[in-house]
Formats: sequence, C-alpha cells, structure tokens
Amino acid sequence: MIDIQNLTKVFNDGSSRVVALEDVSLRVENGEVFGIIGMSGAGKSTLLRCLSVLEKPTTGRVLLDGEDLAALSGGALRCARRKMGVVFQGYNLLMQKTVAENVAFPLKLEKGYDKQAVATRVQELLSLVGLADKASAYPAQLSGGQKQRVAIARALATRPEILLCDEPTSALDPLTTKAMLALLQDINRKLGVTILIITHELAVVKAICGRVAVISDGRLAETGEVTQVFTNPASAETRRLLGREE
Amino acid sequence: MAQFFSQYGALLAEGVWESVYMTLATTAMAYVLGLPMGVLLTVTKRGGIAAAPRFHAVFGWIINILRSLPFLILMIFVIPFTRLLLGTSIGLNAALVPLTISASPFIARMVEQSLEEIDSGVVEAAECMGATRWQIVTRVLLVESVPSLLRGLSISIITILGYTAITGAFGAGGLGNLAYRFGYQRYQKDVMYACIVLLILLVCAIQIIFDLSARRADKRNR
Repeated sequence: MIDIQNLTKVFNDGSSRVVALEDVSLRVENGEVFGIIGMSGAGKSTLLRCLSVLEKPTTGRVLLDGEDLAALSGGALRCARRKMGVVFQGYNLLMQKTVAENVAFPLKLEKGYDKQAVATRVQELLSLVGLADKASAYPAQLSGGQKQRVAIARALATRPEILLCDEPTSALDPLTTKAMLALLQDINRKLGVTILIITHELAVVKAICGRVAVISDGRLAETGEVTQVFTNPASAETRRLLGREE
Repeated sequence: MAQFFSQYGALLAEGVWESVYMTLATTAMAYVLGLPMGVLLTVTKRGGIAAAPRFHAVFGWIINILRSLPFLILMIFVIPFTRLLLGTSIGLNAALVPLTISASPFIARMVEQSLEEIDSGVVEAAECMGATRWQIVTRVLLVESVPSLLRGLSISIITILGYTAITGAFGAGGLGNLAYRFGYQRYQKDVMYACIVLLILLVCAIQIIFDLSARRADKRNR
C-alpha cells in the first residue's frame, strides 16, 4: 500500500523557485488500479518521481507498506525499490542488450542469482507480455508497443507489489494503447499487482482505473471512484479535462 | 625502387614496429588510467549517480591543466620523473612515460563524452530496479556506450600515434625518428616520404578497423 502524506516538492535552483507539488495526500490500496490524471505540467511526473525515490519530497512523506521511502538508503532503499516496478513513457531499455537480457537485468542485480531460474523467469515474463518469440531481438528492432511490453516484463521481473506507470501509452497509437491497457488489466487481475497509472488521457483512466486522482497546478483537485468523478465532477479541473468548460 | 627497399626496407619495418609498439603500449596504459578518470568525471557531475560537484570541478581543472601542456613541453618536463621510474630517459620504453601522462587526461575526456551520450532515463530505470552505483557503471554506462567508446578509441590511437612521432625526435624510435634523422638531419627526403606514406597507411587502417567494429558492436542499427 502506498500512502502519500502532505507531499510538497519545491524545486529551488538559485533564482527561481517552482512549487511542483503542494500538500498532496493520497492512498493507493493493495490490488487496485489507480489513475492520476492532469494536464502537462500539473506535477504528475514529479509525483511519480517522488514515489520511485528519484526525487526526495521537500516536506511530507511517501510510505510504502508503512515505510518512509525518503528515510531509506543503501541496501534498505534498494530492497524497497524492488517492491516497485516502474514503467516509463520513453521505455528506457538498454539499447545494446537483447530483449531477454533487458528483462533479466533486474534479476541479475542480486548477488548469487541462479542462472537457470533467471532464464525460466525471463521466458515466463516474455510469454506473459506476448513476446516469447522476441527474446533474442534488440530493442531497436521492436515497435513502440513491443518496447513498452519489454519494459513491463522488466518491471515485473522482481515480483513487485506495485507497478508505477508514467504515461505508459502516451507514445503509442490508439490500437496499441488499447492492447497495452488490456495487458495491464490482465496483470492486475492475474498477478494481483497494484497498478498506479499517471496519464493525461481520459480514455486510459476510464478504460482500466477503479479510482482516480485529478491533479492541477501541483494540487490535488479531487479523488474518488472513476464513475463518480467523471459523471459528477466536483472540481473545475475535472470539468476542464472532460471538456465541459463553464 | 627495389634498391631503395633493399637498402631501407628493414629499417622502415623496424620503424613501423616501433611506432606500433609505442602506440599500443601507450594506449593500453593510458586507458587503464583514463577510463576510470572519465567514469569519475561522469558520475561526480551535478545530477550524476555519485554527485560531488566540488570534487568534479577540482578534478576537471587538473585534467584541463594536464591537457593544456603541449606534448613537447610535457615530455621535457617529466624527464626527471622518467629517469626516476626507469633509470633512463632515452629509448622506446622511456617514451611511454610522457606519452601515457599526456594521453590519459585526453582519454578521460573522450570517455566522459561517450558516457554523456547515454540517456539519463536508462540510468534512472536501473536505479529504480535497485542497482548499486557500481552496477550502474559496469552494467549500464560502460555497456551502453561501447560503440561510442570504440569510436573514441580510434581517435585516441591516432592521436597517440601522432605523439609518438614527436618522441622520435627525442631519442625514442619509430617512424618519427626515422623521418627526423633522414629527412631533417641527412636531407634524405626519400626515407621521410616513405615514413609519411607508412604513417598515412597506419592511420587509415586504424580508422577502418574501428569504424567497422563500432558499427558491428552497435545494436541500435539493425
């Protein structure tokens, strides 16, 4: 379970001071598919970077299973990170490694890993994402959708409790997007992995999320069940996203 | 022509061998020093995986100072050090000392530039997977940059070959020494021309070999 408590993130670089997130509190329950939606620049990516510990909160806390992520370092932090898989908008695959090597990468970080076990796990993951026949291909030979599938397989390799997805479909065409969302839903149902999706696309949230949080200018505009929020928007930002401007 | 080669062939062959030996030995030693230096420059940068901006600045200055010394001056400057190390400042192996000192900071910058090309997102992805800094260096930075490192290697080798020619004028061997002795001291232009042609052939061969291997190594263009 992820518990975000009064998270504020300020970027201070000498002369300019940018408040990217202000007093955001959220709770993502185990097993749900949670969406965070907002316009570009609303602070969604900063939020995800705080969750994946690529940025530290200025104030407030991010708790993973009750553990304050910003307080961890060294081995404890690496351990916590392996409980989260991250899927990036730009895939971020190793371009000089094959698909199988990319998926095996997180598994081979562990000391004294079992070669045979890794090979079996990689096969399993590639079958799950439908790329069993691409094991020895290089990322440059794959389409955008296939690259994102490799990224998902890689993120799932360490059997994380939660999958953090940063705009996972933004670079994909509508048809590929649909297939990608079906895959994520499948993963959520079959493996019970909690999924948190950051997106600016309403369709993505509508398609697979149970609950949604709307972010605007670094603040939480509203949170609730997707059906509730989208049929009965309580905030101006949600109405704006829905295209119902007053 | 035949007479020229029977007279100077062995000498030229020896010159080629000495140039190749000095170049390869220097390259190997300079990479042993320069590669870690380049990695250190990259990781200590602001926003790097072991950010230490103050150290980075000081280290960068040291490298810049070493690089700003013309090779000819550096070579004379380090003669006492070379004597201390090898007991002599003349000969093939003695030339390796200033060559390595001069080439290492150059290689550090070449390596830094290659590592710089890697998308920071890939490094962040590795961090998210729980990779240690050492694992990021050895399994991401140095692996993803192989094609670029190979291209840098070809530039380094050719630059070092150029430096070895200068050491030739100061008592080390090689084609530079031949060209200097015959072309400058004895006015035997034919030997100098032969040396120039051989150097051009060497440079072309190095360039072709590394262009091909960099292209073969790069998995991005398949």
